[in-house]
Amino acid sequence: MSDPPEKYSAPDGDAFNGTRTIRVDYLARVEGEGALHLEIKDGRVDDLKLKIFEPPRFFEAFLQGRSFREAPDITARICGICPVAYQMSACNAMEDAAGVAVDGPLRELRRLLYCGEWIESHALHVFLLHAPDFLGYESGIEMAGDHRGIVEMGLQLKKAGNAIGTFLGGREIHPVNVKVGGFYKTPRKRDFAELAETLRRAVDAAEKTVQWAAQLPFPDFEQDYEFVSLSHPEEYPMNAGRIVSNRGLDIDVPAYEENFEETHVPYTNALHSLRKGGAAYFVGPMARYSLNFDRLTPRSQAAARNAGLGEVCRNPFKSIIVRSVEILYACEEALRVIGAYEEPDAPAVEVEAGGATGYGCTEAPRGLLYHRYTMGADGLIDSAKIVPPTSQNQKQIENDLWNLVPQYMDLADDKLQWRCEQAIRNYDPCISCSTHFLKIHKRESSD
Amino acid sequence: MKTTAIIGIGNEFRRDDGVGRFAARQLAKRAGDGIVVHESNGEALSLMELWSEAATVILIDAAEATSDAGTVHRLDASEDALPSDFLHASTHTFSVAEAIEMARSLDRLPETVIVYGIQVADTGHGTGLTAEAEHGAQEAVERILQELP
Repeated sequence: MSDPPEKYSAPDGDAFNGTRTIRVDYLARVEGEGALHLEIKDGRVDDLKLKIFEPPRFFEAFLQGRSFREAPDITARICGICPVAYQMSACNAMEDAAGVAVDGPLRELRRLLYCGEWIESHALHVFLLHAPDFLGYESGIEMAGDHRGIVEMGLQLKKAGNAIGTFLGGREIHPVNVKVGGFYKTPRKRDFAELAETLRRAVDAAEKTVQWAAQLPFPDFEQDYEFVSLSHPEEYPMNAGRIVSNRGLDIDVPAYEENFEETHVPYTNALHSLRKGGAAYFVGPMARYSLNFDRLTPRSQAAARNAGLGEVCRNPFKSIIVRSVEILYACEEALRVIGAYEEPDAPAVEVEAGGATGYGCTEAPRGLLYHRYTMGADGLIDSAKIVPPTSQNQKQIENDLWNLVPQYMDLADDKLQWRCEQAIRNYDPCISCSTHFLKIHKRESSD
Repeated sequence: MKTTAIIGIGNEFRRDDGVGRFAARQLAKRAGDGIVVHESNGEALSLMELWSEAATVILIDAAEATSDAGTVHRLDASEDALPSDFLHASTHTFSVAEAIEMARSLDRLPETVIVYGIQVADTGHGTGLTAEAEHGAQEAVERILQELP
Protein backbone atom coordinates (compact mmCIF):
# COMPACT_ATOMS: atom_id res chain seq x y z
CA MET A 1 0.00 0.00 0.00
CA SER A 2 1.14 3.50 -0.74
CA ASP A 3 2.22 5.55 2.16
CA PRO A 4 0.37 8.76 2.86
CA PRO A 5 2.17 11.92 1.73
CA GLU A 6 5.36 12.74 3.53
CA LYS A 7 3.86 15.73 5.25
CA TYR A 8 2.24 13.22 7.57
CA SER A 9 4.81 13.00 10.30
CA ALA A 10 5.64 10.42 12.91
CA PRO A 11 4.52 11.14 16.45
CA ASP A 12 6.76 11.39 19.47
CA GLY A 13 7.83 7.98 20.73
CA ASP A 14 5.74 8.38 23.85
CA ALA A 15 2.62 8.63 21.79
CA PHE A 16 2.59 4.85 21.39
CA ASN A 17 2.05 4.32 25.09
CA GLY A 18 -0.94 5.28 27.16
CA THR A 19 -4.03 6.59 25.42
CA ARG A 20 -4.17 7.69 21.79
CA THR A 21 -7.21 9.34 20.34
CA ILE A 22 -7.76 9.61 16.60
CA ARG A 23 -10.54 11.96 15.68
CA VAL A 24 -11.67 12.68 12.17
CA ASP A 25 -14.25 15.38 12.67
CA TYR A 26 -15.34 15.52 9.06
CA LEU A 27 -14.78 12.59 6.75
CA ALA A 28 -13.65 13.75 3.33
CA ARG A 29 -14.42 12.13 -0.01
CA VAL A 30 -17.66 10.54 1.17
CA GLU A 31 -21.19 11.70 0.47
CA GLY A 32 -22.60 13.54 3.46
CA GLU A 33 -21.41 14.39 6.92
CA GLY A 34 -19.76 11.82 9.15
CA ALA A 35 -16.96 11.48 11.66
CA LEU A 36 -14.76 8.79 13.17
CA HIS A 37 -13.78 8.49 16.82
CA LEU A 38 -11.07 5.97 17.66
CA GLU A 39 -9.57 5.48 21.09
CA ILE A 40 -6.57 3.27 21.73
CA LYS A 41 -5.62 2.37 25.28
CA ASP A 42 -2.39 0.57 26.14
CA GLY A 43 -1.95 -0.64 22.57
CA ARG A 44 -5.50 -1.94 22.14
CA VAL A 45 -8.57 -0.47 20.49
CA ASP A 46 -10.70 0.73 23.39
CA ASP A 47 -13.47 2.53 21.58
CA LEU A 48 -14.43 3.03 17.95
CA LYS A 49 -17.44 4.85 16.58
CA LEU A 50 -18.41 5.79 13.05
CA LYS A 51 -20.59 8.80 13.73
CA ILE A 52 -23.04 10.05 11.17
CA PHE A 53 -24.09 13.52 12.21
CA GLU A 54 -25.88 14.53 9.06
CA PRO A 55 -29.36 15.28 10.35
CA PRO A 56 -32.20 12.81 9.81
CA ARG A 57 -34.20 13.63 6.71
CA PHE A 58 -37.62 12.13 7.47
CA PHE A 59 -38.36 11.07 3.91
CA GLU A 60 -40.52 8.19 5.15
CA ALA A 61 -42.70 10.75 6.93
CA PHE A 62 -42.84 13.05 3.88
CA LEU A 63 -44.25 10.17 1.86
CA GLN A 64 -47.25 9.65 4.10
CA GLY A 65 -50.38 11.03 2.49
CA ARG A 66 -48.81 11.30 -0.97
CA SER A 67 -49.98 9.34 -3.98
CA PHE A 68 -48.21 6.06 -4.72
CA ARG A 69 -47.34 7.57 -8.10
CA GLU A 70 -45.19 10.25 -6.44
CA ALA A 71 -42.88 7.88 -4.58
CA PRO A 72 -40.28 7.49 -7.37
CA ASP A 73 -39.77 11.24 -7.73
CA ILE A 74 -39.86 12.03 -4.00
CA THR A 75 -37.44 9.28 -3.02
CA ALA A 76 -35.09 10.13 -5.91
CA ARG A 77 -34.35 13.32 -4.00
CA ILE A 78 -32.73 11.32 -1.21
CA CYS A 79 -29.54 11.12 -3.24
CA GLY A 80 -27.95 13.03 -6.12
CA ILE A 81 -25.59 10.14 -6.90
CA CYS A 82 -28.04 7.24 -6.94
CA PRO A 83 -31.52 8.67 -7.68
CA VAL A 84 -32.21 5.87 -10.18
CA ALA A 85 -31.84 3.29 -7.43
CA TYR A 86 -34.51 5.03 -5.36
CA GLN A 87 -36.79 5.33 -8.37
CA MET A 88 -36.36 1.67 -9.27
CA SER A 89 -36.97 0.32 -5.77
CA ALA A 90 -40.02 2.58 -5.38
CA CYS A 91 -41.44 1.51 -8.77
CA ASN A 92 -40.84 -2.16 -7.98
CA ALA A 93 -42.65 -1.80 -4.65
CA MET A 94 -45.65 -0.04 -6.17
CA GLU A 95 -45.90 -2.56 -9.02
CA ASP A 96 -45.63 -5.37 -6.47
CA ALA A 97 -48.50 -3.81 -4.52
CA ALA A 98 -50.56 -3.69 -7.71
CA GLY A 99 -49.61 -7.18 -8.81
CA VAL A 100 -48.25 -5.83 -12.09
CA ALA A 101 -45.06 -7.06 -13.77
CA VAL A 102 -43.22 -4.60 -16.02
CA ASP A 103 -41.52 -6.72 -18.63
CA GLY A 104 -40.07 -6.71 -22.12
CA PRO A 105 -38.53 -3.50 -23.49
CA LEU A 106 -39.59 -1.42 -20.48
CA ARG A 107 -37.77 -3.77 -18.12
CA GLU A 108 -34.73 -3.62 -20.39
CA LEU A 109 -34.79 0.19 -20.50
CA ARG A 110 -34.86 0.29 -16.71
CA ARG A 111 -31.80 -1.92 -16.71
CA LEU A 112 -30.10 0.44 -19.15
CA LEU A 113 -30.84 3.42 -16.92
CA TYR A 114 -29.45 1.53 -13.94
CA CYS A 115 -26.27 0.75 -15.94
CA GLY A 116 -25.83 4.50 -16.39
CA GLU A 117 -26.06 5.10 -12.68
CA TRP A 118 -23.58 2.33 -11.83
CA ILE A 119 -21.08 3.65 -14.39
CA GLU A 120 -21.37 7.24 -13.23
CA SER A 121 -21.33 6.50 -9.51
CA HIS A 122 -18.53 3.92 -9.66
CA ALA A 123 -16.36 6.11 -11.93
CA LEU A 124 -16.64 9.01 -9.49
CA HIS A 125 -15.66 6.80 -6.58
CA VAL A 126 -12.93 4.76 -8.26
CA PHE A 127 -11.04 7.66 -9.82
CA LEU A 128 -11.75 10.72 -7.74
CA LEU A 129 -12.66 9.54 -4.25
CA HIS A 130 -10.86 6.23 -3.65
CA ALA A 131 -7.81 6.28 -5.95
CA PRO A 132 -6.20 9.22 -4.09
CA ASP A 133 -6.01 6.97 -1.00
CA PHE A 134 -3.91 4.42 -2.84
CA LEU A 135 -1.71 6.92 -4.63
CA GLY A 136 -1.07 9.19 -1.66
CA TYR A 137 -3.02 12.31 -2.57
CA GLU A 138 -5.33 14.41 -0.48
CA SER A 139 -7.84 14.78 -3.31
CA GLY A 140 -8.69 13.88 -6.86
CA ILE A 141 -7.77 17.39 -7.91
CA GLU A 142 -4.26 17.02 -6.47
CA MET A 143 -3.98 13.62 -8.12
CA ALA A 144 -5.06 15.01 -11.52
CA GLY A 145 -1.88 17.06 -11.73
CA ASP A 146 0.33 13.94 -11.68
CA HIS A 147 -2.03 11.36 -13.20
CA ARG A 148 -3.80 13.29 -15.86
CA GLY A 149 -4.43 10.33 -18.17
CA ILE A 150 -6.03 8.31 -15.39
CA VAL A 151 -8.31 11.14 -14.31
CA GLU A 152 -9.26 11.85 -17.93
CA MET A 153 -10.21 8.18 -18.29
CA GLY A 154 -12.37 8.46 -15.19
CA LEU A 155 -14.09 11.56 -16.50
CA GLN A 156 -14.68 9.82 -19.84
CA LEU A 157 -16.41 6.94 -18.06
CA LYS A 158 -18.43 9.21 -15.83
CA LYS A 159 -19.53 11.11 -18.89
CA ALA A 160 -20.69 7.86 -20.52
CA GLY A 161 -22.79 7.11 -17.45
CA ASN A 162 -24.17 10.64 -17.45
CA ALA A 163 -25.02 10.25 -21.15
CA ILE A 164 -27.29 7.29 -20.41
CA GLY A 165 -29.00 9.25 -17.64
CA THR A 166 -29.55 12.25 -19.87
CA PHE A 167 -30.70 10.16 -22.84
CA LEU A 168 -33.18 8.01 -20.97
CA GLY A 169 -33.89 9.93 -17.80
CA GLY A 170 -34.21 13.41 -19.30
CA ARG A 171 -31.31 14.84 -17.32
CA GLU A 172 -28.15 13.54 -15.70
CA ILE A 173 -29.15 14.09 -12.06
CA HIS A 174 -32.60 13.27 -10.68
CA PRO A 175 -34.06 11.81 -13.89
CA VAL A 176 -37.61 12.95 -14.63
CA ASN A 177 -38.68 10.30 -17.13
CA VAL A 178 -39.31 7.39 -14.74
CA LYS A 179 -42.82 6.56 -13.56
CA VAL A 180 -44.58 3.71 -11.83
CA GLY A 181 -45.30 1.27 -14.67
CA GLY A 182 -42.44 2.37 -16.93
CA PHE A 183 -41.51 5.73 -18.45
CA TYR A 184 -43.24 8.91 -19.56
CA LYS A 185 -41.54 8.64 -22.94
CA THR A 186 -39.47 5.90 -24.53
CA PRO A 187 -36.81 6.38 -27.20
CA ARG A 188 -36.97 5.35 -30.84
CA LYS A 189 -34.49 2.68 -31.87
CA ARG A 190 -32.72 5.02 -34.26
CA ASP A 191 -32.04 7.49 -31.42
CA PHE A 192 -29.41 5.25 -29.79
CA ALA A 193 -26.58 5.58 -32.33
CA GLU A 194 -24.56 8.30 -30.60
CA LEU A 195 -25.00 6.76 -27.14
CA ALA A 196 -23.90 3.37 -28.44
CA GLU A 197 -20.73 4.89 -29.88
CA THR A 198 -19.96 6.57 -26.55
CA LEU A 199 -20.44 3.24 -24.77
CA ARG A 200 -18.24 1.31 -27.20
CA ARG A 201 -15.39 3.64 -26.33
CA ALA A 202 -16.29 3.35 -22.66
CA VAL A 203 -15.95 -0.45 -22.75
CA ASP A 204 -12.32 -0.12 -23.76
CA ALA A 205 -11.67 2.52 -21.11
CA ALA A 206 -13.36 0.35 -18.49
CA GLU A 207 -11.22 -2.64 -19.37
CA LYS A 208 -8.09 -0.50 -18.97
CA THR A 209 -9.49 0.73 -15.66
CA VAL A 210 -9.63 -2.84 -14.32
CA GLN A 211 -6.00 -3.39 -15.34
CA TRP A 212 -4.95 -0.10 -13.78
CA ALA A 213 -6.82 -0.73 -10.51
CA ALA A 214 -5.26 -4.18 -10.23
CA GLN A 215 -1.74 -2.79 -9.92
CA LEU A 216 -2.55 -0.52 -6.98
CA PRO A 217 -0.95 -1.61 -3.70
CA PHE A 218 -3.32 -3.52 -1.41
CA PRO A 219 -2.89 -4.51 2.23
CA ASP A 220 -3.41 -8.12 3.23
CA PHE A 221 -6.85 -7.84 4.83
CA GLU A 222 -9.10 -10.77 3.99
CA GLN A 223 -12.24 -10.83 6.13
CA ASP A 224 -14.94 -13.43 6.68
CA TYR A 225 -18.08 -11.54 5.65
CA GLU A 226 -21.69 -12.47 5.23
CA PHE A 227 -22.27 -11.06 1.75
CA VAL A 228 -25.88 -10.15 0.94
CA SER A 229 -27.18 -9.20 -2.50
CA LEU A 230 -29.92 -9.86 -4.95
CA SER A 231 -29.49 -12.89 -7.15
CA HIS A 232 -31.28 -13.66 -10.39
CA PRO A 233 -30.82 -16.90 -12.35
CA GLU A 234 -30.38 -15.19 -15.72
CA GLU A 235 -28.62 -11.90 -15.07
CA TYR A 236 -26.18 -10.02 -12.90
CA PRO A 237 -28.50 -8.42 -10.33
CA MET A 238 -29.82 -4.88 -10.69
CA ASN A 239 -33.60 -4.63 -10.69
CA ALA A 240 -34.80 -8.08 -9.74
CA GLY A 241 -34.01 -11.25 -7.86
CA ARG A 242 -34.13 -13.00 -4.52
CA ILE A 243 -32.11 -11.80 -1.55
CA VAL A 244 -29.32 -14.29 -0.92
CA SER A 245 -26.17 -14.60 1.15
CA ASN A 246 -23.11 -16.83 1.27
CA ARG A 247 -24.42 -18.19 4.58
CA GLY A 248 -27.59 -19.74 3.27
CA LEU A 249 -30.01 -16.84 3.19
CA ASP A 250 -32.37 -17.19 0.22
CA ILE A 251 -35.58 -15.20 0.56
CA ASP A 252 -38.14 -13.30 -1.46
CA VAL A 253 -38.02 -9.52 -1.08
CA PRO A 254 -41.15 -9.36 1.16
CA ALA A 255 -39.34 -11.49 3.76
CA TYR A 256 -36.61 -8.84 4.19
CA GLU A 257 -37.89 -7.49 7.50
CA GLU A 258 -38.24 -11.00 8.93
CA ASN A 259 -34.51 -11.45 8.43
CA PHE A 260 -33.01 -8.01 9.04
CA GLU A 261 -33.65 -5.40 11.70
CA GLU A 262 -32.68 -1.79 12.24
CA THR A 263 -31.53 -0.52 15.60
CA HIS A 264 -30.86 2.94 16.87
CA VAL A 265 -27.34 3.56 18.13
CA PRO A 266 -26.98 6.70 20.30
CA TYR A 267 -23.92 8.19 18.61
CA THR A 268 -25.13 8.14 15.02
CA ASN A 269 -28.12 9.52 13.15
CA ALA A 270 -28.16 6.52 10.80
CA LEU A 271 -29.79 3.32 12.00
CA HIS A 272 -27.59 0.24 12.13
CA SER A 273 -29.09 -2.53 10.06
CA LEU A 274 -28.23 -6.03 11.24
CA ARG A 275 -29.20 -9.61 10.57
CA LYS A 276 -31.87 -10.72 13.02
CA GLY A 277 -29.80 -11.90 15.95
CA GLY A 278 -27.39 -9.01 15.74
CA ALA A 279 -24.74 -9.90 13.16
CA ALA A 280 -23.31 -7.37 10.73
CA TYR A 281 -23.44 -8.09 7.00
CA PHE A 282 -21.96 -6.69 3.84
CA VAL A 283 -23.81 -5.21 0.83
CA GLY A 284 -22.43 -3.56 -2.29
CA PRO A 285 -20.25 -4.37 -5.29
CA MET A 286 -18.07 -6.93 -3.50
CA ALA A 287 -21.15 -8.82 -2.26
CA ARG A 288 -22.79 -8.71 -5.70
CA TYR A 289 -19.59 -9.85 -7.37
CA SER A 290 -18.91 -12.68 -4.94
CA LEU A 291 -22.45 -14.02 -5.12
CA ASN A 292 -22.97 -13.58 -8.86
CA PHE A 293 -19.60 -13.96 -10.57
CA ASP A 294 -20.95 -16.56 -13.01
CA ARG A 295 -23.51 -14.06 -14.36
CA LEU A 296 -20.92 -11.49 -15.42
CA THR A 297 -20.09 -11.38 -19.13
CA PRO A 298 -17.13 -13.48 -20.32
CA ARG A 299 -15.13 -10.30 -20.99
CA SER A 300 -15.80 -8.96 -17.47
CA GLN A 301 -14.94 -12.33 -15.94
CA ALA A 302 -11.69 -12.44 -17.93
CA ALA A 303 -10.80 -8.89 -16.88
CA ALA A 304 -11.41 -9.80 -13.24
CA ARG A 305 -9.27 -12.92 -13.49
CA ASN A 306 -6.49 -11.05 -15.26
CA ALA A 307 -6.63 -8.54 -12.43
CA GLY A 308 -5.93 -11.34 -9.97
CA LEU A 309 -9.43 -11.54 -8.52
CA GLY A 310 -10.92 -14.93 -7.76
CA GLU A 311 -14.63 -15.60 -8.03
CA VAL A 312 -14.98 -14.30 -4.48
CA CYS A 313 -13.26 -11.20 -3.14
CA ARG A 314 -12.95 -10.76 0.63
CA ASN A 315 -10.45 -7.91 0.80
CA PRO A 316 -12.48 -4.67 1.00
CA PHE A 317 -9.53 -2.60 -0.23
CA LYS A 318 -9.84 -4.51 -3.51
CA SER A 319 -13.38 -3.21 -3.88
CA ILE A 320 -11.82 -0.62 -6.20
CA ILE A 321 -11.04 -3.46 -8.64
CA VAL A 322 -14.50 -4.94 -8.20
CA ARG A 323 -16.13 -1.57 -8.90
CA SER A 324 -13.99 -1.32 -12.04
CA VAL A 325 -15.20 -4.75 -13.16
CA GLU A 326 -18.78 -3.61 -12.58
CA ILE A 327 -18.15 -0.50 -14.69
CA LEU A 328 -16.96 -2.78 -17.50
CA TYR A 329 -19.97 -5.06 -17.05
CA ALA A 330 -22.41 -2.14 -17.00
CA CYS A 331 -20.94 -0.70 -20.22
CA GLU A 332 -21.23 -4.09 -21.94
CA GLU A 333 -24.71 -4.66 -20.57
CA ALA A 334 -25.86 -1.22 -21.72
CA LEU A 335 -24.66 -2.03 -25.23
CA ARG A 336 -26.46 -5.38 -25.12
CA VAL A 337 -29.72 -3.68 -24.16
CA ILE A 338 -29.32 -1.09 -26.90
CA GLY A 339 -28.52 -3.74 -29.51
CA ALA A 340 -31.56 -5.86 -28.65
CA TYR A 341 -33.99 -2.97 -28.11
CA GLU A 342 -37.44 -3.21 -29.63
CA GLU A 343 -39.69 -0.21 -29.25
CA PRO A 344 -42.48 -0.92 -26.74
CA ASP A 345 -46.16 -0.56 -27.64
CA ALA A 346 -46.62 1.99 -24.88
CA PRO A 347 -44.15 3.83 -22.63
CA ALA A 348 -45.78 2.45 -19.47
CA VAL A 349 -48.30 -0.08 -18.25
CA GLU A 350 -51.27 0.89 -16.09
CA VAL A 351 -50.72 0.47 -12.35
CA GLU A 352 -53.25 0.96 -9.56
CA ALA A 353 -51.68 0.35 -6.19
CA GLY A 354 -54.43 1.25 -3.73
CA GLY A 355 -55.27 -0.82 -0.64
CA ALA A 356 -52.17 -2.95 -0.67
CA THR A 357 -48.61 -3.32 0.58
CA GLY A 358 -45.72 -3.61 -1.85
CA TYR A 359 -42.05 -4.48 -1.52
CA GLY A 360 -39.18 -3.45 -3.76
CA CYS A 361 -35.50 -4.20 -3.63
CA THR A 362 -32.84 -3.29 -6.17
CA GLU A 363 -29.06 -3.04 -6.31
CA ALA A 364 -27.98 0.58 -5.88
CA PRO A 365 -24.33 1.24 -6.77
CA ARG A 366 -23.53 0.87 -3.04
CA GLY A 367 -25.70 -2.21 -2.52
CA LEU A 368 -29.12 -3.47 -1.55
CA LEU A 369 -31.84 -0.80 -1.36
CA TYR A 370 -35.10 -1.96 0.25
CA HIS A 371 -38.46 -0.13 0.06
CA ARG A 372 -41.81 -1.09 1.56
CA TYR A 373 -45.04 0.91 1.19
CA THR A 374 -48.58 0.44 2.39
CA MET A 375 -51.29 2.35 0.55
CA GLY A 376 -54.85 3.11 1.59
CA ALA A 377 -57.76 2.33 -0.72
CA ASP A 378 -57.40 5.86 -2.15
CA GLY A 379 -53.85 5.12 -3.33
CA LEU A 380 -52.27 7.43 -0.77
CA ILE A 381 -49.27 6.14 1.13
CA ASP A 382 -50.04 5.21 4.75
CA SER A 383 -46.55 4.09 5.69
CA ALA A 384 -43.14 3.79 4.08
CA LYS A 385 -39.90 2.11 5.02
CA ILE A 386 -36.61 2.65 3.21
CA VAL A 387 -33.36 0.88 4.10
CA PRO A 388 -30.40 2.25 2.12
CA PRO A 389 -27.11 0.41 1.61
CA THR A 390 -24.94 2.60 3.82
CA SER A 391 -27.02 1.97 6.93
CA GLN A 392 -26.69 -1.74 6.17
CA ASN A 393 -22.92 -1.48 5.88
CA GLN A 394 -22.40 0.83 8.84
CA LYS A 395 -21.81 -1.90 11.43
CA GLN A 396 -19.59 -3.80 8.99
CA ILE A 397 -17.44 -0.70 8.44
CA GLU A 398 -16.92 -0.45 12.19
CA ASN A 399 -16.07 -4.15 12.36
CA ASP A 400 -13.46 -3.67 9.62
CA LEU A 401 -11.88 -0.86 11.60
CA TRP A 402 -11.82 -2.92 14.81
CA ASN A 403 -9.92 -5.61 12.88
CA LEU A 404 -7.73 -3.28 10.84
CA VAL A 405 -6.39 -0.93 13.49
CA PRO A 406 -4.46 -3.62 15.44
CA GLN A 407 -2.47 -4.38 12.24
CA TYR A 408 -1.34 -0.75 12.05
CA MET A 409 -0.93 0.08 15.72
CA ASP A 410 2.70 1.13 15.22
CA LEU A 411 1.83 3.81 12.66
CA ALA A 412 1.94 7.46 13.59
CA ASP A 413 -1.46 8.93 14.38
CA ASP A 414 -1.78 10.75 11.07
CA LYS A 415 -0.85 7.65 9.04
CA LEU A 416 -3.22 5.51 11.08
CA GLN A 417 -5.95 8.04 10.46
CA TRP A 418 -5.23 7.89 6.72
CA ARG A 419 -5.55 4.09 6.74
CA CYS A 420 -8.82 4.25 8.68
CA GLU A 421 -10.33 6.78 6.30
CA GLN A 422 -9.29 4.64 3.36
CA ALA A 423 -11.00 1.63 4.98
CA ILE A 424 -14.21 3.64 5.37
CA ARG A 425 -14.05 4.73 1.75
CA ASN A 426 -13.77 1.06 0.73
CA TYR A 427 -17.56 1.11 1.15
CA ASP A 428 -18.18 4.34 -0.81
CA PRO A 429 -20.53 5.34 2.01
CA CYS A 430 -23.40 7.61 1.13
CA ILE A 431 -24.12 9.22 4.44
CA SER A 432 -26.84 11.50 3.09
CA CYS A 433 -28.80 8.43 2.06
CA SER A 434 -28.33 6.66 5.34
CA THR A 435 -29.84 9.21 7.68
CA HIS A 436 -33.32 8.14 8.33
CA PHE A 437 -34.45 7.70 11.85
CA LEU A 438 -36.39 5.43 14.11
CA LYS A 439 -39.99 6.40 14.37
CA ILE A 440 -40.61 7.73 17.88
CA HIS A 441 -43.71 6.30 19.46
CA LYS A 442 -44.95 8.73 22.06
CA ARG A 443 -47.02 7.16 24.77
CA GLU A 444 -48.68 9.39 27.28
CA SER A 445 -49.81 7.99 30.55
CA SER A 446 -51.56 9.37 33.53
CA ASP A 447 -51.65 8.31 37.13
CA MET B 1 -14.72 29.78 -33.00
CA LYS B 2 -13.96 30.41 -29.35
CA THR B 3 -16.81 32.12 -27.58
CA THR B 4 -17.72 33.69 -24.28
CA ALA B 5 -19.83 31.41 -22.10
CA ILE B 6 -21.97 32.56 -19.20
CA ILE B 7 -23.07 29.86 -16.77
CA GLY B 8 -25.64 30.47 -14.02
CA ILE B 9 -25.26 27.83 -11.33
CA GLY B 10 -27.55 26.73 -8.52
CA ASN B 11 -30.69 25.01 -7.30
CA GLU B 12 -33.77 27.15 -7.68
CA PHE B 13 -35.68 25.00 -5.19
CA ARG B 14 -33.42 26.28 -2.42
CA ARG B 15 -34.46 29.92 -2.59
CA ASP B 16 -31.39 32.16 -3.07
CA ASP B 17 -29.25 29.24 -4.22
CA GLY B 18 -30.99 29.81 -7.55
CA VAL B 19 -29.65 33.37 -7.87
CA GLY B 20 -27.07 32.40 -10.50
CA ARG B 21 -29.72 30.82 -12.71
CA PHE B 22 -31.95 33.88 -12.28
CA ALA B 23 -29.15 36.17 -13.43
CA ALA B 24 -28.33 33.87 -16.37
CA ARG B 25 -31.94 34.08 -17.61
CA GLN B 26 -31.77 37.85 -17.57
CA LEU B 27 -28.50 37.77 -19.48
CA ALA B 28 -29.85 35.32 -22.05
CA LYS B 29 -32.36 37.99 -23.06
CA ARG B 30 -29.85 40.81 -23.23
CA ALA B 31 -26.44 39.41 -24.20
CA GLY B 32 -25.42 39.83 -27.84
CA ASP B 33 -24.21 37.43 -30.51
CA GLY B 34 -21.29 35.21 -29.69
CA ILE B 35 -22.33 34.93 -26.04
CA VAL B 36 -23.62 31.52 -25.01
CA VAL B 37 -25.68 31.42 -21.83
CA HIS B 38 -26.22 28.18 -19.87
CA GLU B 39 -27.79 27.11 -16.61
CA SER B 40 -26.21 24.34 -14.56
CA ASN B 41 -26.58 22.46 -11.29
CA GLY B 42 -22.81 22.89 -10.86
CA GLU B 43 -21.80 19.28 -11.55
CA ALA B 44 -18.08 19.45 -12.32
CA LEU B 45 -18.01 17.41 -15.49
CA SER B 46 -20.99 19.27 -16.95
CA LEU B 47 -19.32 22.59 -16.23
CA MET B 48 -16.20 21.45 -18.06
CA GLU B 49 -18.36 20.46 -21.02
CA LEU B 50 -20.22 23.77 -21.02
CA TRP B 51 -17.06 25.86 -21.10
CA SER B 52 -15.04 23.52 -23.36
CA GLU B 53 -15.44 25.72 -26.46
CA ALA B 54 -15.07 29.04 -24.65
CA ALA B 55 -12.10 31.39 -24.42
CA THR B 56 -13.82 33.26 -21.60
CA VAL B 57 -16.25 31.87 -19.07
CA ILE B 58 -18.27 33.92 -16.60
CA LEU B 59 -19.76 31.87 -13.77
CA ILE B 60 -22.54 33.24 -11.58
CA ASP B 61 -23.24 31.43 -8.33
CA ALA B 62 -24.58 31.92 -4.84
CA ALA B 63 -21.82 32.95 -2.43
CA GLU B 64 -21.36 32.63 1.28
CA ALA B 65 -19.06 35.36 2.55
CA THR B 66 -19.09 37.72 5.48
CA SER B 67 -20.89 40.44 3.58
CA ASP B 68 -24.40 41.81 3.49
CA ALA B 69 -27.00 39.80 1.62
CA GLY B 70 -27.11 40.77 -2.04
CA THR B 71 -23.48 41.93 -2.17
CA VAL B 72 -21.87 41.07 -5.50
CA HIS B 73 -18.32 39.74 -5.46
CA ARG B 74 -16.25 39.51 -8.62
CA LEU B 75 -13.23 37.22 -8.64
CA ASP B 76 -10.77 36.41 -11.39
CA ALA B 77 -9.96 32.67 -11.23
CA SER B 78 -7.94 32.65 -14.46
CA GLU B 79 -4.66 32.28 -12.60
CA ASP B 80 -5.44 31.69 -8.93
CA ALA B 81 -7.74 29.34 -7.06
CA LEU B 82 -10.91 30.64 -5.47
CA PRO B 83 -11.21 30.56 -1.69
CA SER B 84 -12.43 27.01 -1.06
CA ASP B 85 -15.36 28.02 1.14
CA PHE B 86 -16.53 30.94 -0.95
CA LEU B 87 -19.14 29.32 -3.17
CA HIS B 88 -22.04 27.23 -2.00
CA ALA B 89 -20.61 23.72 -1.91
CA SER B 90 -22.45 20.43 -2.05
CA THR B 91 -21.30 17.29 -0.27
CA HIS B 92 -22.63 15.27 -3.17
CA THR B 93 -20.28 16.30 -5.87
CA PHE B 94 -17.40 18.64 -6.49
CA SER B 95 -18.00 22.26 -5.68
CA VAL B 96 -17.69 24.87 -8.40
CA ALA B 97 -14.34 25.94 -6.94
CA GLU B 98 -13.17 22.32 -7.13
CA ALA B 99 -14.46 21.99 -10.68
CA ILE B 100 -12.33 24.98 -11.66
CA GLU B 101 -9.26 23.50 -9.99
CA MET B 102 -9.84 20.09 -11.56
CA ALA B 103 -10.08 21.73 -14.98
CA ARG B 104 -6.94 23.75 -14.28
CA SER B 105 -5.05 20.52 -13.47
CA LEU B 106 -6.25 18.97 -16.72
CA ASP B 107 -5.62 22.05 -18.89
CA ARG B 108 -9.35 22.27 -19.56
CA LEU B 109 -9.90 25.77 -18.22
CA PRO B 110 -10.66 28.69 -20.55
CA GLU B 111 -8.06 31.45 -20.68
CA THR B 112 -10.25 33.82 -18.72
CA VAL B 113 -12.42 32.65 -15.82
CA ILE B 114 -14.49 35.24 -14.02
CA VAL B 115 -16.70 34.29 -11.09
CA TYR B 116 -19.53 36.45 -9.84
CA GLY B 117 -20.66 35.40 -6.36
CA ILE B 118 -23.84 36.89 -4.97
CA GLN B 119 -24.21 36.81 -1.21
CA VAL B 120 -27.28 34.78 -0.25
CA ALA B 121 -29.77 35.50 2.55
CA ASP B 122 -31.90 32.36 2.57
CA THR B 123 -31.11 28.94 1.12
CA GLY B 124 -34.00 27.12 2.78
CA HIS B 125 -36.48 24.96 0.91
CA GLY B 126 -38.76 26.68 -1.57
CA THR B 127 -38.69 28.75 -4.72
CA GLY B 128 -38.25 32.50 -5.23
CA LEU B 129 -35.37 34.79 -4.34
CA THR B 130 -35.23 37.15 -1.39
CA ALA B 131 -35.35 40.84 -2.33
CA GLU B 132 -31.66 41.16 -1.40
CA ALA B 133 -30.56 38.31 -3.66
CA GLU B 134 -32.70 39.58 -6.55
CA HIS B 135 -31.17 43.03 -6.16
CA GLY B 136 -27.71 41.44 -6.20
CA ALA B 137 -28.59 39.48 -9.32
CA GLN B 138 -29.67 42.66 -11.12
CA GLU B 139 -26.41 44.37 -10.16
CA ALA B 140 -24.39 41.37 -11.38
CA VAL B 141 -26.28 41.36 -14.68
CA GLU B 142 -25.47 45.03 -15.32
CA ARG B 143 -21.82 44.58 -14.43
CA ILE B 144 -21.48 41.50 -16.64
CA LEU B 145 -23.10 43.29 -19.58
CA GLN B 146 -20.53 46.05 -19.20
CA GLU B 147 -17.59 43.68 -19.35
CA LEU B 148 -18.80 41.54 -22.26
CA PRO B 149 -16.90 42.03 -25.51
